[in-house]
Amino acid sequence: MSLEEPEPDATELVADEPLDGDDIEALLGDHVLSRDDHVNAPGFVIRPDEVQDVLFRLRDEAGFDHLSCVTAQEYEDRYESIYHLKQYDDPTQRISVVVPTSKQHPVSQTAEPVYRTADWHEREAYDLVGIEYEEHPDLRRILLPETWQGHPLAMDYDQDRPQIVPLREHANPLQEDHKAEDDTDTMFVNIGPHHPATHGVLHLKTTLDGEQVADVEPDIGYLHRCEEQMAQNSNYRYQIMPYPDRWDYISAGLLNEWAYARAIEEMADIDVPEYAQVIRTMGAELCRIAAHLLALGTFALDIYGDFTATFMYSIRDREKVQSILEDLTGQRLMFNYFRLGGVVWDLPEPREEFFDKIRNYLDELPAGLEEYHDLVTGNEILQARTVNTGVLPKDVAKSYGATGPVARGSGVDYDLRRDDPYGYYDELDWDVAVEDGCDNYSRLLVRMREVEESAKIIEQCVDLLEDWPEDERNIQSNVPRTLRPDDDTEIYSAVEGAKGELGIYMRADGTEQPARFKIRSPCFSNLQTLPEMSNGEYVPDMIASLGSLDIVLGEVDR
Amino acid sequence: MSSEQTPFETDTSKVQTATQDARLGEALDDRFNSKLREAFGSSPFILTKFDKFMNWVRGSSMFMLQFGIACCSIEMMHTYAVKHDLDRFGAGVPRASPRQADVIIVPGTIVSKFAPRMKRVYDQMPEPKFVIGMGSCTISGGPFQEGYNVVKGAEEVIPVDIHIPGCPPRPEALVYGVAKLQERVANGESSPVVVKPYELEEFGDLDRDEVVEKLAAQIDEDDLVMRYNWADSP
Repeated sequence: MSLEEPEPDATELVADEPLDGDDIEALLGDHVLSRDDHVNAPGFVIRPDEVQDVLFRLRDEAGFDHLSCVTAQEYEDRYESIYHLKQYDDPTQRISVVVPTSKQHPVSQTAEPVYRTADWHEREAYDLVGIEYEEHPDLRRILLPETWQGHPLAMDYDQDRPQIVPLREHANPLQEDHKAEDDTDTMFVNIGPHHPATHGVLHLKTTLDGEQVADVEPDIGYLHRCEEQMAQNSNYRYQIMPYPDRWDYISAGLLNEWAYARAIEEMADIDVPEYAQVIRTMGAELCRIAAHLLALGTFALDIYGDFTATFMYSIRDREKVQSILEDLTGQRLMFNYFRLGGVVWDLPEPREEFFDKIRNYLDELPAGLEEYHDLVTGNEILQARTVNTGVLPKDVAKSYGATGPVARGSGVDYDLRRDDPYGYYDELDWDVAVEDGCDNYSRLLVRMREVEESAKIIEQCVDLLEDWPEDERNIQSNVPRTLRPDDDTEIYSAVEGAKGELGIYMRADGTEQPARFKIRSPCFSNLQTLPEMSNGEYVPDMIASLGSLDIVLGEVDR
Repeated sequence: MSSEQTPFETDTSKVQTATQDARLGEALDDRFNSKLREAFGSSPFILTKFDKFMNWVRGSSMFMLQFGIACCSIEMMHTYAVKHDLDRFGAGVPRASPRQADVIIVPGTIVSKFAPRMKRVYDQMPEPKFVIGMGSCTISGGPFQEGYNVVKGAEEVIPVDIHIPGCPPRPEALVYGVAKLQERVANGESSPVVVKPYELEEFGDLDRDEVVEKLAAQIDEDDLVMRYNWADSP
């Protein structure tokens, strides 16, 4: 709809010097009702019927081309949707656009014409909180079943009332003949929710025209296990940390934990000792390697059904990473290793043995990667299936809020580890892998190159840790036993997870539990690009595109 | 294969067919006289032995359904793959279609939207079928038990033979659980399939009490199917 390039001269104008809150307030003029600043972003309160005007102006004239998240929440006296905007070129430029709506009539204008990604985000807000978006193209429930009563994160929702869904509501959707009256050439095919190629419990409602995909609609929510509610019922200090492990469960636990740790550390102003930051960086990159290896193995499995070679090789290498991580954290998959202000314990003793183990692994890795390149990327079958299929142009990727390897495979040079540095990344020497092929093959290449870069980072971390003086090994800063951030503190902060920008929005209400905890999952936004990539392509290309997006349903549905 | 081997013919003189002849008429039907019958002899005792044999076969060659839900499925993949290699225990053939599978491992949290789909997958598996609940979520809902959308355990939807605790269980634990199930299957001890009244489609919109009332009213004492007089039965 609105994919025209932002005015080039306008964006260049602002790229020279960062805008501060007052500049933007001046730009928006009368639209701003008041200021509602968040911890690391200026916030502007606007009227619910001027959403599109404001967002168009921010996108086209101030260069905010990345809608990273839409948070909806209910207060005692109002509903609120918050649009968290960023710039792809400089993610430290971020603002929040706050749209309050009345309690009786929670209707607000949709942002879908401005950012295509708002489509799903607003459907989620409608589903869980109950805000309605005017002019939204398709406002239905997205995570919960169609038959659900009420909006579970709204204040008047009764947790104890059981949801009664009679079996007839779950009638087989294919029982009746779905042949369209006027268009008899197309065929409707359900792929999933139980299907080996959907990487979990994703349901694709596919309309086929011959062998080509005429339309595909991802149907999610088969793994919506109320992660946000779980976090809202837990205290900041101890109880939330185990849950992030279970968002992106493909061994990316430490990366997810870092998202929560970063958000709460910025919110409550907690320092992290340098030594702990190095350990965190090393652990997180080990997780990234494990996650990308599984993505590689399942991608090969999706494309040429290679269960015996590539898949087994990647699992073999993953086992080694998991063994290192188990030595470090004590668990194979759900690490629960980070603590606020540091990590839970120091490196395992004897340290030399642990370092040797990592070094041995890193030494073997280049040969292993070479093997993958022979087996996978150099394979003609795979190339035929992936080169120039599932094309996701750069501006479309941006409009859908794609991040991580999906965005970097489309030539968007966006990596929060470099652009919005945290941990020890800015002290180390590494590169961001970017490919501009925009196709399935580029996304695969980006992941494989990122494994190399992660190995570089780990090596430097090991060097640092080896020489770290013994009396300066401080793994945790002093954090109070009970943490109560100030009332009405709001923050949105993100880290680079294995799949992209993993962000957390939190609002404190003066208690030890967050009043609102919203997870911005990279897979949720990335999956939204699937119809864009596969409409008009062949069915196996659609499966390849889905594999190259590397989604984790635990993170899509949360 | 030797060329002088003659086609197999049943030597009916060695088979005891007195009962059969008395009931069905002489040589009316020789369907009971299989090669196996002849090989083992024809007393009913062999039949129970044959069941035992079949149980052993079932336990030693399990076709698993390739079924992933959540975090546990990652550890399940590791169990199938190198290092742990579930195949060593005669249980590592993942089948993508439920119609070819004997065992379904339920690896993860079941939520309200997925539960009916999982039941349908289970219903599509041929009998006899077995269920392994992997991880805490299939026991009670695990860490997500208080979630508004989470089904409190796989047992709410389908009967489970073996529960493996853990979040997630290590591959070794899954291997142990599968071995335990094989042992039970081989001994003929797998749990019976229970259909709860509210799972029957025709009662879907009734309370449980109403279902019982309705079922009780339907029982006709003159028309009971079960027989107790074994002497009269054929």
